[in-house]
Amino acid sequence: MVSPTPLQAFSAVPKAPKSNKQTLIDGEKMTGAQALIRTLEDLGVQDVFGIPGGAILPVYHQIHDDTKFRFVLMRHEQAAGHAAEGYAVATGRVGVCIVTSGPGATNMVTPIADANMDSVPLVVISGQVGVDAIGTDAFQEADTVGITYPVVKHSYLVTDAQDIPRVLAEAHYIARTGRPGPVVVDVSKTAQVGDMYYTWPQKLLLPGYNPTTKPHGHVLHEAAKLFEQSYRPVLYVGGGAARSNAGAQVKELADLTDSPIVTTLPARGIVPDSDPKVLGMLGMHGTLAATAATQKCDLLVAIGARFDDRVTGKMEAFAPAARVVHIDIDPAEIGKRRQPDVPIVGDVAEVLDALNAEIKRDQAIQGKPNLAAWWKLINSWREKYPMEYDEKTPDGSLSPQWVVEELSRQAAPSTIWVSGVGQHQMWASQLIDFENPHSWISSGGLGTMGFGLPAAIGARVGSARDFGGKKPVWLIDGDGSFQMTSEELAAAFIDNAPVKIAILNNSVYGMVRQWQTLFYDRHYSQTSIQDGENTEDIVNVPDFVKLAEAYSCVGIRATTQEEAKAAIKRANEINDRPVLIDFRVYKDAMVWPMVSAGQSNDTVTYKPGVQPLLHHDSTDRVADSDRDDSDNGSEAKASDTAAGTETSEK
Amino acid sequence: MAIYPASTPHSERHTLSVLVENRPGVLARIAGLFARRAFNINSLSVSPTERPDISRVTVTADVEQVPLEQIIKQLNKLLHVLKIVDLDNTDAVQRELVLIKVAANETNRSDVLEIVRLFRVRVVDVHPESLTIEATGDEGKIDALLGLLDDYGVIELVRSGAVAVTRGPHALSEKVVGSEITGR
Repeated sequence: MVSPTPLQAFSAVPKAPKSNKQTLIDGEKMTGAQALIRTLEDLGVQDVFGIPGGAILPVYHQIHDDTKFRFVLMRHEQAAGHAAEGYAVATGRVGVCIVTSGPGATNMVTPIADANMDSVPLVVISGQVGVDAIGTDAFQEADTVGITYPVVKHSYLVTDAQDIPRVLAEAHYIARTGRPGPVVVDVSKTAQVGDMYYTWPQKLLLPGYNPTTKPHGHVLHEAAKLFEQSYRPVLYVGGGAARSNAGAQVKELADLTDSPIVTTLPARGIVPDSDPKVLGMLGMHGTLAATAATQKCDLLVAIGARFDDRVTGKMEAFAPAARVVHIDIDPAEIGKRRQPDVPIVGDVAEVLDALNAEIKRDQAIQGKPNLAAWWKLINSWREKYPMEYDEKTPDGSLSPQWVVEELSRQAAPSTIWVSGVGQHQMWASQLIDFENPHSWISSGGLGTMGFGLPAAIGARVGSARDFGGKKPVWLIDGDGSFQMTSEELAAAFIDNAPVKIAILNNSVYGMVRQWQTLFYDRHYSQTSIQDGENTEDIVNVPDFVKLAEAYSCVGIRATTQEEAKAAIKRANEINDRPVLIDFRVYKDAMVWPMVSAGQSNDTVTYKPGVQPLLHHDSTDRVADSDRDDSDNGSEAKASDTAAGTETSEK
Repeated sequence: MAIYPASTPHSERHTLSVLVENRPGVLARIAGLFARRAFNINSLSVSPTERPDISRVTVTADVEQVPLEQIIKQLNKLLHVLKIVDLDNTDAVQRELVLIKVAANETNRSDVLEIVRLFRVRVVDVHPESLTIEATGDEGKIDALLGLLDDYGVIELVRSGAVAVTRGPHALSEKVVGSEITGR
């Protein structure tokens, strides 16, 4: 007879009463709140972001002057979450925040979703009402675990103080291992005030969690073989490579196989832009060379990338002639959007180390294919279609692209760049000269406006922790994006996070306006925000210079190139407080190149009226005939395919 | 190759046995995953198992091979999921319990009882105007029974959802490392 055990699947709170037989006398007696702080210290957490509140007060009561971590008090929970994200990306460690129940936790939903999309390791500790009050619509009660189910890597509701150290240790481990992501730990007040016996280290109980980091041998062999047989390879590098810190391995693979590197938004800087193999970002606003190379390649090696629709455009028409090697630590990414020919599950750095070794062995026997024709074609795209823009604007205001380039020219090479979301983000990604990994922090998958300032504060806290503040942090933000979290200027000043802020102020929601211009008949519905009009009869609200000064930050306005250069120089010299520069830029500047949403990447528009991939233009023909001379017949067939005369080889 | 919505009308029937940790909130995580990944299921049943630390979720769905693989991978990402098996109809036994309230009075009761005998199912409640039938069986049998009873008028119908178990002496949970549920 099988004895009935309580089925917990339907419950929210554990059903079976704890057996009182368990008399835990090991360890130091303390409250759950004390244990929570002690666990964070024992986990080596050095910086924590958050805001206190009723249901988390017992925990805040245990933060003292001698607590081993620095606490950074933000002004909004969403900002605490983004700051922890910025910190995590800049340092490679887990970002931790502590917020209260109800509104505190619901304010955290956006950063949790953002971290989930961009695989940022985060531990979010939220307060929860007492166990007896759960489900009664108590004051500041929200079902935090329930609300966050779809956007977390994992979540916990802690009702017993004794569970706190183990749950936090598990949460920290889950957040940083495998595919990193946010873990929510909802701690009821009952657990915070309850007594427990603290021991460290804790045994983790995670029977259902075994991330694969080591690749299988035979897929490596197959992947190496594909390199041997391919004449137009492309390495499509995504955020997973950045999370895995695999810059050196990616560069080695590119050098071994002569492959060009194209990256997604979060992987910018993984290999320095000065490397001639780096073609820049691909996709909707990528460089023409990167997008074109991907469309025409015969081998696409996706490295920690997930075939996002902003990268692929119309999926059926993405890299139509390519065989695909997909390297990812998350098995569910493989085959989600495109079926790969060779799937490799594992940690990117480990996989690439093994793959590079395999390729070296192969090349020792087989030699390597001659890619001269491929590079000739790529270089012709690079020469013909460089990243360019009009430095002169019709109304005499600054060109936003020029501002970004000037910022990049004057900044220290070690600068950590942070952006909000919008046109400025694309220009920053396109035009900044990235020379270091972990030096580009932006909201990719979720596209969260308002991400910039708090993330910059988090990055600055990380810079202070790991680099003695030697790495300056520049935030490039839009006037719209910045206003979504501008209250954090207070945290930046008071908690000593002297970030440098460049607002590309065009007085409109620029990216939305660009779409309205292109696709919605220039009907500028609700996109004018009147904070940077250059006419005297319009009152600009807010005045960003005065706003900065109100928060004891330095505010500078720049309307001409001379003013801009001087302002940037001055900002780079100020290190004791945040500096904000209000650059008045042209409101109708557009982000080019562009692929319209849902269209094939072949339709990429370099600038209005120029769609280089649509017609079989002369450059391609020259390169194709070159290849016909050097390679065999089947290769010539493949090049036809690449030019779009056939849809697929497979 | 966007493959959603995952379920199409003429896809093959699959039965997934999902072994999960016996923990609060597991069902919400699994049900929520199906909803947000646009994965339509036919039935879902949750039950305790021979091991106190493991519960078992049985899901049936009409689904193509590619989205099925994707949904299995997504399920595997849930930390409380320990093991997933796609049970093949040939080497697994599948049963479902159904209670059917049929509008049967003195004029046609004997006809209904004849069907009951034919299908070797049971009558569990009789009323001058109704008969309640309990039936267990695989999906084909239940569907055939319902097809015949439909003519008499089905007043109320409830199905438990399928449960399934593999043939032979082995348990799915055999090599599964569970959690030490005590002390949690």
